[in-house]
Amino acid sequence: MQPPKNAISFLRWFCRKDYIDEIEGDLTELYRKNFLTSPHKAKWLFTWRVIRSFRPEFIKSFKGVPSNPFIMYRNYFKVGMRNLVRNFGYSALNITGLALGMAVAIVIGLWVHDELTFNTYFKNYDRIAQVTKAGKFEGKYYQGQTYVQYPLVEELQTTYAQNFKHVVPISGPGGFEAVLSTDDKKLNRTGMYMGEGGPEMFSFEMVYGNWSGLNDLHAIMISESTAKAFFSGQDPIGKPMKVNQQTDVTVAGVFKDFPRSTELFGLQFFQPWKFYLEDASWIRKQGWDNHFLFLYVELAPNVTMEEAGANIKKAEMKAIANLDYMKNELQYDYDILLQPMRNWHLYSNYKEGQLQSGPIQLVWFIGAIGVFVLLLACINFMNLSTARSEKRSKEVGIRKTVGSIRSQLIAQFFSESFLVVAFSFLAALLIVYLSLPWFNDIAGKSMILPFSNSSFWVVSIVFIFLTGFVSGSYPALYLSSFKPVSVLKGSIRQGRFTSIPRKVLVVVQFTVSVMLIICTAGIYQQLMYVKQRPVGYDREGLLSIRKKSEAFDQKRDALRDELKKTGVVTEVGESGGDVTGTWSHNGGFQWEGKDPNEEEHGFATLNVSPEFGKTVGWQFAAGRDFSPEIAGDSAAIILNEAALEVMKLKDPVGQTVRWTNRAWNVDQDFHIVGVIKNMIMNSPFEPVRPAIYLTYGYERVLLIRIAPGVSTTEALPKIEKVFAQVIPDVPFDYKFVDQQFASKFSNEERVGKLAALFASLAIVISCLGLLGLASFVAEQRTKEIGIRKVLGASVSSLWRMLSQEFVILVIVSCVIAIPASYYILNNAISQYEYRDDLSWWTFASASVGALVIALLTVSFQAIKAAMMNPVRSIRVE
Amino acid sequence: MKEQSLGEFEELVLLMVAALHPEAYGVAILENLEVRLAKKFNISAVHVALKRLDDKGLVRSTFGGITEERGGRRKKFYQITALGKKVLDAQYEVRTSIYAEIPKISFT
Repeated sequence: MQPPKNAISFLRWFCRKDYIDEIEGDLTELYRKNFLTSPHKAKWLFTWRVIRSFRPEFIKSFKGVPSNPFIMYRNYFKVGMRNLVRNFGYSALNITGLALGMAVAIVIGLWVHDELTFNTYFKNYDRIAQVTKAGKFEGKYYQGQTYVQYPLVEELQTTYAQNFKHVVPISGPGGFEAVLSTDDKKLNRTGMYMGEGGPEMFSFEMVYGNWSGLNDLHAIMISESTAKAFFSGQDPIGKPMKVNQQTDVTVAGVFKDFPRSTELFGLQFFQPWKFYLEDASWIRKQGWDNHFLFLYVELAPNVTMEEAGANIKKAEMKAIANLDYMKNELQYDYDILLQPMRNWHLYSNYKEGQLQSGPIQLVWFIGAIGVFVLLLACINFMNLSTARSEKRSKEVGIRKTVGSIRSQLIAQFFSESFLVVAFSFLAALLIVYLSLPWFNDIAGKSMILPFSNSSFWVVSIVFIFLTGFVSGSYPALYLSSFKPVSVLKGSIRQGRFTSIPRKVLVVVQFTVSVMLIICTAGIYQQLMYVKQRPVGYDREGLLSIRKKSEAFDQKRDALRDELKKTGVVTEVGESGGDVTGTWSHNGGFQWEGKDPNEEEHGFATLNVSPEFGKTVGWQFAAGRDFSPEIAGDSAAIILNEAALEVMKLKDPVGQTVRWTNRAWNVDQDFHIVGVIKNMIMNSPFEPVRPAIYLTYGYERVLLIRIAPGVSTTEALPKIEKVFAQVIPDVPFDYKFVDQQFASKFSNEERVGKLAALFASLAIVISCLGLLGLASFVAEQRTKEIGIRKVLGASVSSLWRMLSQEFVILVIVSCVIAIPASYYILNNAISQYEYRDDLSWWTFASASVGALVIALLTVSFQAIKAAMMNPVRSIRVE
Repeated sequence: MKEQSLGEFEELVLLMVAALHPEAYGVAILENLEVRLAKKFNISAVHVALKRLDDKGLVRSTFGGITEERGGRRKKFYQITALGKKVLDAQYEVRTSIYAEIPKISFT
């Protein structure tokens, strides 16, 4: 009995509302009548009648829906813009604060990203691992030994070859310095020996030549910058060069310089590993004794990291099981482990064999600071908007009265906050763009704003929306909840509790700021303390020169004499390594009274020339220095105090120490001639290692002591002239020992600088917020202040009245911040062995400083308000 | 003001609205016209005529109650207005006066 559905829905779709009853009703009535005689015909007739009714008179207007969301949003933005311009001071504060916060967040975001994507430059990132060693010692498992021995390379290349695509040894991390030269040029460059598979494994980006560049014994691969320096941009393949004036090599490839965020950054040339093997006969001779190389592997296509790791775990133990000279080593039960490339940068800091979480913690810590600073900026925004709510509550009332519903008001306030956030974001980009070079300098990075990266924009937009949402949520949700009647009547006196959230926000801000200030001060205090630690020698006016050519040894005496003749040099010494680091650590020492059950001690062993002590100026606790005149001194040793402590000798001078060591090819008695005060050669944050100085063996570094009272600018040209005469083939390349020593603090100084930067930004942002809030409060109480003044209040009492509230808030923040930062700082510095205890005045001065800054900020507004002419302020309205 | 003019069908519908007073609505008008004139009409023609009469102010409408046989739709009842009656009267007068003047014509 029902009329055809399609026809009826068509009718309902087009028909005007005021005719649908008549038409549909009539049609249905007729249909039912027709249906009794012929159902089929009735259906047709119904449809036909619907079609006949489809005429202009009855068709509804389809233009209908009058809403245009674009216009509505445009209005929101227009009103937002007008609000910004009208309250220019507030908006400037708001935008500056937010922009600063965002700039910090962006920079920190870039930095964290850079840290987390370290080494991803290499295409085989997921397939590369470093071979490391672990062993058991006194029931403890020690991991993270990165230096391995040469035979392990051969072992992995033969017995375990099916696990790996490439097995690539390199000659120590960071490379070595050498003089590269062509016929007309010579330059100092840093490079290393590398296994043939290296270029392919590390996916070198070749400019000339290909990945097989290290296959030839006398090949050399050079970086693009080096090629430019030598061959001024021409294809140098096949051109001859010399390394350290003695080795002839041929350029076999030019690769793009490695970016800073890679393991191979700074390396400018590579020579084939097999050349090293041939050149240095000791490599094969020393066998499993000498841990001196880094070993990298790339996994074979079908092998996982875990499988390969399991396969090679006992490689060394199996190989040395039957070697006579390694019998003593079997007790350590060495494991060979694979360290995947993703862990190299942030998860490979081992201390005494245990993984330290320092680097990754630092990343998260800095990241957390970024979030905090951004949060501070957002809090300011919320704070100012809520403070201004009373002014805008009338607007809300009117809008509601003329028909705005709450969701529209929420949308309006959100669009306003998005407007501010968008402005701030642009400003932040500008700030980041301008400050990034400077920040890169501090942080030791080379970051850029990745404008061409689409994911950067995606993140930025998400970031804008998130910030806009967070910072706009409170005003949007709070303001829109006002009741229009009470607002317009003016009866929305904010009660005692409405200011509580605002106060909480101020306290949170200042707590964070004060904590950052205290931590920064704490870090600097530690730094100063360690910098003043006695180093045990005189590092001023001491030059260190690497002996890069055999000519140094051949012309040793001539060089010495000529240097001394200049009159600006008092002494010339030599040593096996830099004064600022011990390279060689050895066991195998026996002395009288040594407890046979005691664990084997490693001593830093440094071979020095007899003049070394005089050159560096070490200080004696007992005994005498080496002397070139005394014949027996070739078997003499000098200890430092730390070594004496370990050896527990009562009367050390004259005692005999026996040293047996295969790698050094030594097995003889030495007699102690002296004990020096501890020299800090390694990290100044750690205790001095026991060290033994001996005149035995070869020396690698030349040390020159400039005469006291002679300035370096005067001395250097004279010294350089001597070198140019005596050893003309090698460029004069020197380092100041005091600078080398200072570089030991670079990490801590960097953290200190960054912390100082963030702390000052945090306090600036907090103060911007406080300034806005204080000026708002002052403005609100204009009339009250005027009346008070008329009744006789003094400027100072008004100032006290206006400042007091904020000062209390800041004091509360300090009370929260002090224990919190004490906890953090205490944890942070406890990882340093040599440290100063935290002093109360660090906390006190940081708190007082924050208080003073806050007071100044508030006073600026308070005094301005208090000085106002009461006639004018009361007359308002 | 322009003289109200009526089309032939409109006049018929207006007459029928007046005749069926006060129960004149679409279907009733249609059926009565069909019976009287022995001719089929389409309902939409009636609707259009009613709308035009409404626009000219010759009829006005009221809604009745919802009934089952109309599928839940209300009846729209039309009543003739005073103006409508006047137009009808004028029309009737014109016709009868002209009719009265017809001489006796013989149709052989």
